[in-house]
Amino acid sequence: MCTLEKRGSIFFLTLTGASKKDQEHRLNPTLIAAIRAALSEVRSQAVPGSALVTQAEGRFFSNGFDLRHAQAVAAASTAADAAAAEVINMVNLFRGVVSDLLSLPMPTVAAVTGHAAAAGLILAISHDYVVMTKSRAVLYLSELDIGMSLPDYFTALIKGKVGSSAARRELALRAAKIGADAAVRMGIVDAAYDSVEEVAAAAVQTAEELGKKEWSGEAYAEIRKSLYPDVCGLLGLEEKTVFPSKL
Amino acid sequence: MCTLEKRGSIFFLTLTGASKKDQEHRLNPTLIAAIRAALSEVRSQAVPGSALVTQAEGRFFSNGFDLRHAQAVAADAAAAEVINMVNLFRGVVSDLLSLPMPTVAAVTGHAAAAGLILAISHDYVVMTKSRAVLYLSELDIGMSLPDYFTALIKGKVGSSAARRGLALRAAKIGADAAYDSVEEMAAAAVQTAEELGKKEWSGEAYAEIRKSLYPDVCGLLGLEEKTVFPSKL
Repeated sequence: MCTLEKRGSIFFLTLTGASKKDQEHRLNPTLIAAIRAALSEVRSQAVPGSALVTQAEGRFFSNGFDLRHAQAVAAASTAADAAAAEVINMVNLFRGVVSDLLSLPMPTVAAVTGHAAAAGLILAISHDYVVMTKSRAVLYLSELDIGMSLPDYFTALIKGKVGSSAARRELALRAAKIGADAAVRMGIVDAAYDSVEEVAAAAVQTAEELGKKEWSGEAYAEIRKSLYPDVCGLLGLEEKTVFPSKL
Repeated sequence: MCTLEKRGSIFFLTLTGASKKDQEHRLNPTLIAAIRAALSEVRSQAVPGSALVTQAEGRFFSNGFDLRHAQAVAADAAAAEVINMVNLFRGVVSDLLSLPMPTVAAVTGHAAAAGLILAISHDYVVMTKSRAVLYLSELDIGMSLPDYFTALIKGKVGSSAARRGLALRAAKIGADAAYDSVEEMAAAAVQTAEELGKKEWSGEAYAEIRKSLYPDVCGLLGLEEKTVFPSKL
């Protein structure tokens, strides 16, 4: 599922999995709850200087919502649209993960060393900074390919984070599989590296540099939220004013 | 505090100061009022062809709100005075966004926090390469951004990565501009103002179109929209 560690002032949230299936880190209710529990723990331990790195083991960062889980729920149900209902359930549960990340009182970095598709892509770009490997990893907003429209907060987050309308079209309306170099050019990812080790090191270095600033976590979170008002509004994240503790 | 001059059709609003402290051009209630009075005078004298250049003497364009003033007003209630200055400064941004003529900021010194907002409240900004950085310092002092600051940044700074660098990284941003010296840059500011002035645009139309580009911040500032028609159709 996922593990949480702390090294120095950096928290490491790692998506884990033993089986090949688990290594897709599919966002089902169980994993969503585990991620939220970990983020809640991170929030409770936050101090100025804290930062979060999110990473995943194996070939995937996350392959999106767990459609097989939805089918399994449907198989056990007599309701007509049970599979769709369970997907909607996961869409709603996942709002919490995005909310948690957008309101986390510290800088956040996603280390993308495997494919990030659909909700998995959203998980990555919910972080302040994204670094990615050049090989064996693509960003893929797969909804169009499976005939599904985008949840409102997915679109709002993409609009807020992906600046160019051509890039948004490529991502959403072409369902392009985007490698790291293209992702950097399109402004979706901050930096691309050849190896998993380099990405991991870059993520830690970014987190440490940002942590050194020892920013007030509250001020950081409020300023971050103010940069993405549309998605925050949809997620019900309220704004508040934060003053320096000593003026 | 500040002076206002007119050379040809260009108005020059200059932030001045004798002491080292005054040369930070800190936006306290007194300077805010002086700037508003000057902009009001500019507005009253506006004709097609008018343009405004705002500049500042010394090492700073403006170093933001006057926090020492806030502490002097009320040592244990300084926050209230900062809020007062945030509210008073809304008027400066409103005045600039609704000014019926093109505006140019000549940034020859550091522009921090509200000072950066003052600069980008202008239509055009030119800047010296050395001895001047843009710095949205709020994160570094643990303060969130007033609503109209964020809305103005969103409207003026097109790239989400650039906005992140400015606001969420509190980066000190140099000009990457074409001008090495203050003199070159001042000349460029005047030249930009003169070129724009030559168009002799209807000030009313200019102001309405400018406001329509930044609807979010104008909404927050209570600047109403209106339709402007050519005087002769």
